Amino acid sequence: MANLLTLAAAVPSKSVQATGWFLETAWLIPALPALSFFLILFFGKKMKYKGAEFGITAIALSLILAICCVGQWMNQVDNASDNYKKNTPYETEEKYSETSSQVLEENASAEPIEVASAEQMNIYAAGEESGYEAVAVDAVIERFTWWETGGKKFQVGIMVDGLAVMMLFVVTVISLLVHIYSTDYVSGDRRYTHYFAFLSLFSASMLFFVLSENILQTIVGWELVGVCSFALIGHWWEEKPNSDAALKAFLTNRVGDMGLLVGMIILFWSAGSWSIVDINVAAINNEIGQTTLLIASLCLTAAVMSKSGQFILHTWLPDAMAGPTPVSALIHAATMVVAGIYMVARLYGVFFEGYDIAGSSFNVLALVGSVTLVGAGLLAFVQDDIKKVLAYSTVSQLGYMVMALGVGAWTAAVFHLFTHAFFKAGLFLGAGSVSHSVHSFDMKKSMGGMRKFMPTTYKTFIICTIALMGLPPLAGFWSKDEILVGTGGWGLFGGTGGNGSYVFALVMGIIGAALTCAYMTRVIYLTFFGEFRGDTHGHGDPHESGKRITIPLIILSVMAIGAGFLNLPVGFLTGNTTNWQERFGHYVEPVATYFPAIAHGTPSWTLAIFSTIVALTGVGLAAHYFFIKVNAQSPAATELANGLTAKNKLAKAGHTVLKQKYYLDHLYTDIIANGTKGPVADAAYWTNQKGIDGVVNQIGKQAANSATFVYEKIDQNLVDGAVNLSGKASEGLGETTRTIVQRGKVHQYAAIMFAATTILAGLFIVFV
Amino acid sequence: MTIAQYLLLSSVLFCIGIYGVLARKNGVMVLMSIELILNAVNINLVAFSALTDNIAGEVFALFVIAIAAAEVGVGLAIVLLIFRNKKNVDLSEIDQMKG
Repeated sequence: MANLLTLAAAVPSKSVQATGWFLETAWLIPALPALSFFLILFFGKKMKYKGAEFGITAIALSLILAICCVGQWMNQVDNASDNYKKNTPYETEEKYSETSSQVLEENASAEPIEVASAEQMNIYAAGEESGYEAVAVDAVIERFTWWETGGKKFQVGIMVDGLAVMMLFVVTVISLLVHIYSTDYVSGDRRYTHYFAFLSLFSASMLFFVLSENILQTIVGWELVGVCSFALIGHWWEEKPNSDAALKAFLTNRVGDMGLLVGMIILFWSAGSWSIVDINVAAINNEIGQTTLLIASLCLTAAVMSKSGQFILHTWLPDAMAGPTPVSALIHAATMVVAGIYMVARLYGVFFEGYDIAGSSFNVLALVGSVTLVGAGLLAFVQDDIKKVLAYSTVSQLGYMVMALGVGAWTAAVFHLFTHAFFKAGLFLGAGSVSHSVHSFDMKKSMGGMRKFMPTTYKTFIICTIALMGLPPLAGFWSKDEILVGTGGWGLFGGTGGNGSYVFALVMGIIGAALTCAYMTRVIYLTFFGEFRGDTHGHGDPHESGKRITIPLIILSVMAIGAGFLNLPVGFLTGNTTNWQERFGHYVEPVATYFPAIAHGTPSWTLAIFSTIVALTGVGLAAHYFFIKVNAQSPAATELANGLTAKNKLAKAGHTVLKQKYYLDHLYTDIIANGTKGPVADAAYWTNQKGIDGVVNQIGKQAANSATFVYEKIDQNLVDGAVNLSGKASEGLGETTRTIVQRGKVHQYAAIMFAATTILAGLFIVFV
Repeated sequence: MTIAQYLLLSSVLFCIGIYGVLARKNGVMVLMSIELILNAVNINLVAFSALTDNIAGEVFALFVIAIAAAEVGVGLAIVLLIFRNKKNVDLSEIDQMKG
């Protein structure tokens, strides 16, 4: 633990291009589900399994390809040193493909890295001293020019590096499980085929987004996943609340999308390129001004706030639970909502420099994340709908990730994304399994005592809950602890070596951990303990779901147990086993010119033990309230009759504020929407009446006066005489022709027209 | 391929279109036949454009397509209204516009 700065990602001067068939043809991974989307659309209804087989086959193949990509990437990183030595003597332009030479050129141009601070100089030196010969592994970039205008190239391509392969794996694995789960969960639905088509389209869009090589593709992928989310939230659109929720999700996301567009355009004009690598390199090498980067980062943060459900634009995410539960698990817990996190992680050079993360103690990302994680954690206490609790929990966990990115703990944020995807998908699918048997999501009215009826769901739900609570040794503990460590610099716990001293973030993170434990204990009690409060309408007791539902649950809970061990902190293991520490960070965190030199916090036993004690306290308090006090009152009770909110006015007021979700929905619909639409309409009406109409009326009056004169003197006598004469003449002519040709028969008209045209054409040929 | 083949195809299409306009009584069919005529023209435009290596013909064909879309939009709306009022679209029975 003494060597605090060893693992800092100082960019090494040597680099090697990653190669491999699977990495270079990663475009197949989004292409397969896209193909499946069209197959389901055109042939789905005629197939034996109504199109589900296309979706499952495609995503399973994608998963296999993604796993091969992961393997190949790990191989490339492990052999980076060897590959570098092998390639160096022959290193010429001709030996490399076009793309790799391009990347090499970029490296060459970025060679004189301006070291931002003396601290980072130390980092680099420390890395060299410890004999750690770093060889950067450049991302695989394949691209072709889509179109070109005014000297600007618009390219399409893929960018595959550690972050991308990790995300490919997460998306394909959860998508496959959700596909399998859905065959049971939505079986018999009236739009079953349509549902699977959109699942495929969503998987394709998300994978496309993950692989995007430039920010233009990022925007396209971003919008595509938004559309799929809209369609799937509103899957049962016949009911008004569902279609309202879909619209709300779409419109709230539009707010952030404006930020995304503006931010990306700023980046394009300041870096002169759409390419993610170019933009990051330009940002890191201070080729773009700090103010420009700050403005771009702020705009993109607005996009993160809407897509990844951060305060104050998170309101759509809990409502989005109107969609089918597997969709909530896939889109609104594991994949789409982390698009914002992924975008920040991809453009981290921009954010790192824009917010000046190194060496400061406060920035917008850290603030937004910290406020979200505590604010949403509190909201989760007052929800009775199990999915809404999980939704607020997702918002809260996304807050952790945004906060981690804000404090510079890049790997921790991405690792939390990774582990969270598994256990939160597990929780959502578990909630779906419960509701599948009781036909409701209301914990207070229709659940309770479910552990007797659904043992498998109960066990997997408990495992995922413990992972979410962040209790050792399950997945959530390792990733959450890393985030807390990454806030860095608080001497009390010996956690040092972060990018700055983000004390506020650390405090909020610890409070959030306690809140998570407490509200999840409430969910566990209300759902699985006590007495069954539901009504099965004479179908007997609720029963366990089928294999297609329980097997994905079991797989996800195994992941929830195991995923955390992929990134054991430094200092946890000793001796020969140290090779097993920080594996995730080693493979996923880019060591390349397009990634800023971030510092890594040193893990602290004190902090880990303290946060675990805080978490256990949260569990303990909630368990004491529910398992002892409420249970003693009556096994069917859901809260104490004479609890704190009944006795204390302040607590009652707080409860009401939470129930009303901080009045944010009222703010948006009543105050902002209605507040602006009234005055704007009034102002427009006033301008219309007084300004424009006045002028028009004046002109009208003048015109009427002069018209009267003209009418009386000139029109009546002179003009009308002529008109009447010609009128009489044409009336006579018309009267005669009418009876012959104007008979109202369309075909006759057409025949006359064609005949005339033919005659004219003939004349044209003869005389011209 | 010579230009003659394109012109032949186009004139065949044109004649089918003319036949359709004059002989069919169904309003929708007549509209479709008009589309055929327009597309015959398009083939001519594009063929000559390719022959003379001049982009103008292709651009013009694009305009024709756009206008054809607008025309069919209006035409179908009229047919729809006729159908609502008369419960059929037989053009031979529609002669209220006679002078």
